[in-house]
This record gives sequence, C-alpha cells and structure tokens, in this order.
Amino acid sequence: MQPSLFASVQWTVSTLTKYIRDLLETDVTLQDVWVEGEISNLSRPASGHIYFTLKDAGASLRGVMWKTSATRSKLALQDGMAVAVHGKIGVYEVGGQYQLYADQIRAVGEGALYQEFLQLKALLEAEGLFDMERKRLIPEFPKRIGIVTSPTGAAIKDMLNTLRRRLPLIEVIFAPSPVQGEDAPPKLVEALAALNDLDPRPDVILLARGGGSIEDLWAFNDERVVRAVAGSQVPIICGVGHETDFTLSDFAADLRAPTPTAAAELATKISVAELTENLQAIGLQLSTLLLSDLNEQHNNLISLRDGLRFLSPSRRIQSDRQHLDELARRTNAAGIHRLALEASRLEGLEYQLEALNPLHILARGYAVVTLLKDGTLVRKVKHARDEIRIRVSDGEFDAKVLNRDSEIVNRKR
Amino acid sequence: MPKAPSPKSIEELTYESAFAELESIVAALENEQRSLDESMSLYERGQALVKRCAELLDKAELKVKQLSGNELNDIAEE
Repeated sequence: MQPSLFASVQWTVSTLTKYIRDLLETDVTLQDVWVEGEISNLSRPASGHIYFTLKDAGASLRGVMWKTSATRSKLALQDGMAVAVHGKIGVYEVGGQYQLYADQIRAVGEGALYQEFLQLKALLEAEGLFDMERKRLIPEFPKRIGIVTSPTGAAIKDMLNTLRRRLPLIEVIFAPSPVQGEDAPPKLVEALAALNDLDPRPDVILLARGGGSIEDLWAFNDERVVRAVAGSQVPIICGVGHETDFTLSDFAADLRAPTPTAAAELATKISVAELTENLQAIGLQLSTLLLSDLNEQHNNLISLRDGLRFLSPSRRIQSDRQHLDELARRTNAAGIHRLALEASRLEGLEYQLEALNPLHILARGYAVVTLLKDGTLVRKVKHARDEIRIRVSDGEFDAKVLNRDSEIVNRKR
Repeated sequence: MPKAPSPKSIEELTYESAFAELESIVAALENEQRSLDESMSLYERGQALVKRCAELLDKAELKVKQLSGNELNDIAEE
C-alpha cells in the first residue's frame, strides 16, 4: 500500500512516542526482565543515578538505575563487566529512546561469583570478623566433637574414620545439614546453633564439605553462614573442598583445614597411639619413683643399723672380754670366783643379745663351782666347803675342798 | 599430702579422671615425703590407674550421636 500523498496528519512526535511507550510499558513480559550483557558507557553523575549501556555482540540497550536502587547495590560496576540486570523496559520520551530501568544488578559468568566473594570478604573483613584476635584455641584433647556436614557423601565418612582411627575415646555429635543449594545456608546456620545450644557443648565443631565446583561450595561464602561461624561459642575448624579452595567460612573459622579429613586430624592433635605412649612412660615413671623411694628407705635403714651397731652393748661386751682376759692373766687362784662371776654375768648378757656369738666361758678353761649337796653357786671362798661340783666345757666333776687359803689371804689384806 | 585415693572405684573412672589422678600421684611421689606404706599404696593405685587407662584406650569405640532438632539420638552406622 502506498502512503497517500496528502494523508491527514494523525500523530505528533509526542503522541506517537507516548503510544509506543504505552505499548511497551503495558507489556507484562517487558516489565519484569533479567537481561544479561556487558556494561559499557558507564556514567555516575553527582545525582547518584547510574547510566550505562548493556551490550552483547549483536545489540545494545540503554539502561538507567535510579539512586535508590543504586545505593542498595553492593556491586562495584565497571565498564566491560558481565552482568545480569533486572528491571523493566520503558521509554525515555525526551530522548526518544527505549531503555531498561534497572533495579538490580548482579555479576555473572566467569569471575562473577568471585567478585561477589571479594565484596563480601571486604565487607566482613572491615567488620573485623576475620581478625586473628577473635580466633580461639582448639582444645588439645577434646571429649565431644560436633560435626556439621551433609549426611550423605564422603566427608562425614572420612571424618568419622579419621576420628575413629585417631581418638576413639571421643563422642561425636553429628548435626546434618545440606551443604549446597538454596536451603544450605539457613540449615548450616541452624546446625551450628543447635550444637552451640547443647549442654554440655562440644569442645570443637568441624564444619566440612567435600570438594566441588566453586558454585557447589557457595553456601560457605553465604553471609549468614560466615556470621554464624564467627559468632559460634564453640571453636570451629572449617574444612571445605580441597587444599586450594578458600571460603569465607574458612576465614571466619578459628582454624582452617584443607579438607574434611584434615579437619578431623586437626581436632585430634593427640591420638590414642600418643596417649598409649604417654601412659607407658607414666607407668615407668611410677616404678622408677617407687624404686627410688624404696632405695631411700633402704639406705635409711642401713644407716640406722650402723648407728645402732655403734651404740650396741656388743662393743661393751668385747671390751669386757678384754678386761676379763687381763683379769684372768692377773688373777691368782683366788681370783677365780670373780672371774666365774664375770663369766656368768657375761653369759647372762650374751643370752640377751641373740645376734652375738656368746662367749664360751667354759670352753676357755673356766669352771663353775657349786656345792654338791644343794647346788649353791660358790661365789666366795668362804662358801666353798666339803664337796663341790665343778662344771667345765665338756661336763662336770666333783671335788673336795682341801683348804681355803685365799680366805686367810683376803683377811690379811 | 597426695590426693587421697578417690573413693570412686577405678572401674568407674573415665579416661580423663583416671589420667588426672595418675598425674597427681606421680607428682606426689616426686615431690613429697611420705611413709613407705603410703608410697606403696600410691604406687599400687597408680599402677591400677595405668591399667584402667590402657584398657579404656584399647577398648575405646567412637560414640556417634545425631542431632535432629534438639534431640540427640544414637545412630547405627553401617
């Protein structure tokens, strides 16, 4: 159809633009879109609004984000950044442009999650959540260990095996939680809180997940989870992913382990093998101590015995014996009574001292003299009369008293 | 004075309490004067504690409980 040459004018620019605007702005689809593209022509004037162009290989789309939304966005926009923008399509009548009125911008694609990670990390770091002073010591010898991880998967099995091998004395409280997906962050937070609420509390909590893609580990970068880790009363060892994976929960935890197994190892610094060694050493120490105690007591005993020997009457008896020998040498026949007396005294003493070799007086040639008739011991010459019995070492014999000269001698003195 | 042998029978002691008592006995034997009788009975108690601890280490089995909600349940592992 050819346009008629003198067609009546139906539109002004304004009314047409208004018409187009109505067309676009009443389209339900266009009022709720997520558009992916790369940022270019980024401009942030003093007004606080953000202007940009979103483009891909084949097209470009003007976009604006009003100040109210712009201040809520944590993303630091840059030209060239791949983003997904949410908003509605509208028309800027003055400029004759349709454009995207954006209310949310997210980083997407390669590095997008990493950007988000860096931003949250910076935010929480500034809050001091990762400060070293906040870190608590992991107890050396835990009695109860809490575990937060998925009930399925290798992580829980690895950790239980490690704990069983290293320190089966402990009690494990397992608080299962999904570790990926949208549910994971609130469930992880719940599990940590439940372990913190236990009485008695576990001595340490292992927060763990096996390896996976960066998206799989994302729950451990969730702000709620990171805050729960930092806020836990119980020290937390975080073992998420592999050696090279770092999550924000790792930063907030009191100790970072490269893997779940390593987390279980770090929680059990002392193993049963080491405890057994300790125990053997202590057993040995006990015996040594007792032995040295016994030795000391034994030495005390020896020195007491020596002291006792020094003070013992046996010394006196020896000197008596010497004295006796002298007496024996000097004594004449009359002295024999006294000697006999000494001998019998000595015998009495010797009898009391069982440890001593008794003095065999008689074997030395002395004799005991008694009266034959009544057995009275003849201690004095004057007692010796009539028949007497004389005992010597191998027996006795009887004799008659002939005279008592010594009595006379004694009298003369 | 060394810690008097606890009235608790040795069979009831946990590893931690048995080990703690053992350590106090060693310290007592090391540092204090006592009669031979006391030494002997400390030593005997110490040896019994060593035995108890060793048994506990030998027999120890990891106890695993599962927390669901606020309830603790034993879980049977396959």
